[in-house]
Amino acid sequence: MTTTTADRAELAASRAPGHRAPEGRGVATTAHVALILWSLLVILPLVWTLLSSFKSTQEVLGNPLSLPSKLRFSNYANAWTTAGIGRYFLNTVIVVGVALVLVMILGAMCAYVLARFTFPGNRLIYYSMLAGLTFPVFLAIVPLFFVLKNFGMLNTLPGLITTYVAFALPFTVFFLHSFFKALPGEIYEAAQIDGAGEWRTFFSVMLPMARPGMASVAIFNFLGLWNQFLLPVALNTDSKNYVLSQGMASFASQAGYAVDFGALFAAVVITVAPVLVVYIIFQRQLQVSVTAGGVK
Amino acid sequence: MTQEAVPGGGPQRSVTRRRRPLTFDRASFMVVFLGLPLAVFVIFVVSPFVQALYYSLTDWSGFSSGMNFVGFDNYVKLFHDDIFLKAVRNNVLLAIVVPIVTIVLALTLATLVTIGGSGTGTVRGLRNAGFYRIVSFFPYVIPAIVIGLIWAQVFTPGSGILDALLSKIGLHQFENYAWLGDARTAMPASMFVMIWGFVGFYMVLFIAAIRGIEPEVFEAARIDGAGRFRSAVSITVPLIRDNVQTAYIYLGIAALDAFVYMQALNPGGGPQNSTLVMPQQLFTTAFTKGQFGYSTAMGVVLAAVTMLFALVVFTVNALTGGRDRKAKVRR
Repeated sequence: MTTTTADRAELAASRAPGHRAPEGRGVATTAHVALILWSLLVILPLVWTLLSSFKSTQEVLGNPLSLPSKLRFSNYANAWTTAGIGRYFLNTVIVVGVALVLVMILGAMCAYVLARFTFPGNRLIYYSMLAGLTFPVFLAIVPLFFVLKNFGMLNTLPGLITTYVAFALPFTVFFLHSFFKALPGEIYEAAQIDGAGEWRTFFSVMLPMARPGMASVAIFNFLGLWNQFLLPVALNTDSKNYVLSQGMASFASQAGYAVDFGALFAAVVITVAPVLVVYIIFQRQLQVSVTAGGVK
Repeated sequence: MTQEAVPGGGPQRSVTRRRRPLTFDRASFMVVFLGLPLAVFVIFVVSPFVQALYYSLTDWSGFSSGMNFVGFDNYVKLFHDDIFLKAVRNNVLLAIVVPIVTIVLALTLATLVTIGGSGTGTVRGLRNAGFYRIVSFFPYVIPAIVIGLIWAQVFTPGSGILDALLSKIGLHQFENYAWLGDARTAMPASMFVMIWGFVGFYMVLFIAAIRGIEPEVFEAARIDGAGRFRSAVSITVPLIRDNVQTAYIYLGIAALDAFVYMQALNPGGGPQNSTLVMPQQLFTTAFTKGQFGYSTAMGVVLAAVTMLFALVVFTVNALTGGRDRKAKVRR
């Protein structure tokens, strides 16, 4: 390709010492340096945010490289109560929790039927789910606003939960479809012969077997719903019902005038820390999920 | 309710064809398992999409009852709307730059982690690879809005850490530089933030893909005298080509959205609209100005651009011999 010059230079450089071992070590050192630089780029802003969350507003507006003069946990209290982050946090837990359970159940049911039963319209449903996955939500947002309004669900948590479920459904079905498809048919037959009905077969036999797939999809859905921004901003404009993401955005835009920067950084830490901790604990499982999802 | 019964009706027929008796158990199973999810999907996803197509042909301003069919007037107006056209250009720029830079960075880091290890024999991964992987993945678990807010603070002139660090290492011209407030740097800075948010996820994805390549392939290349760089370019990239294509499409779709990042970094569209994107303009037109017909036309354009983008990526990949080349190498 066009990189041959660089290529040759690299080859020449690698041959120059004559020995192979130092060459390998050189590459490894370069690799470490590059990766450490990137890691620093990731970690530094986060550490700075954590430090700033203990600063007073004057300190935040002062030298950005200084350390906080003392650990002001009052910033966290202010963010939690005065700025309403506590309330938004609770709302988010409710909305994401309920939506996640619902979408996993509905998604698994739908994926199971689509994957293991043949009937006219099966493909049509599958492909419309796929289309629902690709179209931008922005196309639907205005009509969706009025659909919710007509149901009297606008600016309510149940309304938000329902839309979360609806828009997470295509992904869930698409992903679980392949899992259910891969389950051996004999087990289904055996359950039927043993006299289990369709309901029983699904809940006692097939669903438990799809557990690895369910775990992966649940993780993705959790992160997706936790991060969701557009749907709440458009459809949930009552500040009592704010979820974290939109609460953070509104807090940040107010902070420009009212200015409690310490509390703003504390709010960021409150938002990021729980998920980050959960991630570090479950990172192996999560990376396995990414792999499973990405290889497809 | 009657609507839901229809999809449930299909399977029963085929079930009876397979000589399974239609019991209450089976009928209720089908109605609930297929009907319930489909009802939610149709009402809250399909119907808004379909309605959007119609609304985009009207002059609907929402709350007033009047809604006139105006044909393609909204679209004609859009193509003369300088601000919207600027947003389209910004989105296209994002969809070109963000995926390329993200993929190159992610691939480089993934390659370093997987085949950067020292030693003469087998191709080895790097020590501490797990640490780098875990740290790089951090941004993926941080909500995009928060990523935007953190970086908005980092970029803030005076109190942000970036300018402080730059003047510390002697670049004093940046002492009070407003990265997001200058039309020249607002877009690159915003792109950087998005890339920062995306790289870790794709790095992990590519690491998995590279680990999926059989080690013998690298061994053979090694024996034939290929260096690590050569191996990366001539072996890794062609072999994980499909992963790269998938990544490119996901990233492009994310870049054509970009709403969250831009709202956090420059809610008003940035200096001289330099970071304004279609979704932001759509959102303002709909929910601040109340021009619902016009804003749904923007949504249709956004969807069209998204589809076009995916089509271009597929075509380019096919033309440059995506799949069969991979098959050849594998054989």
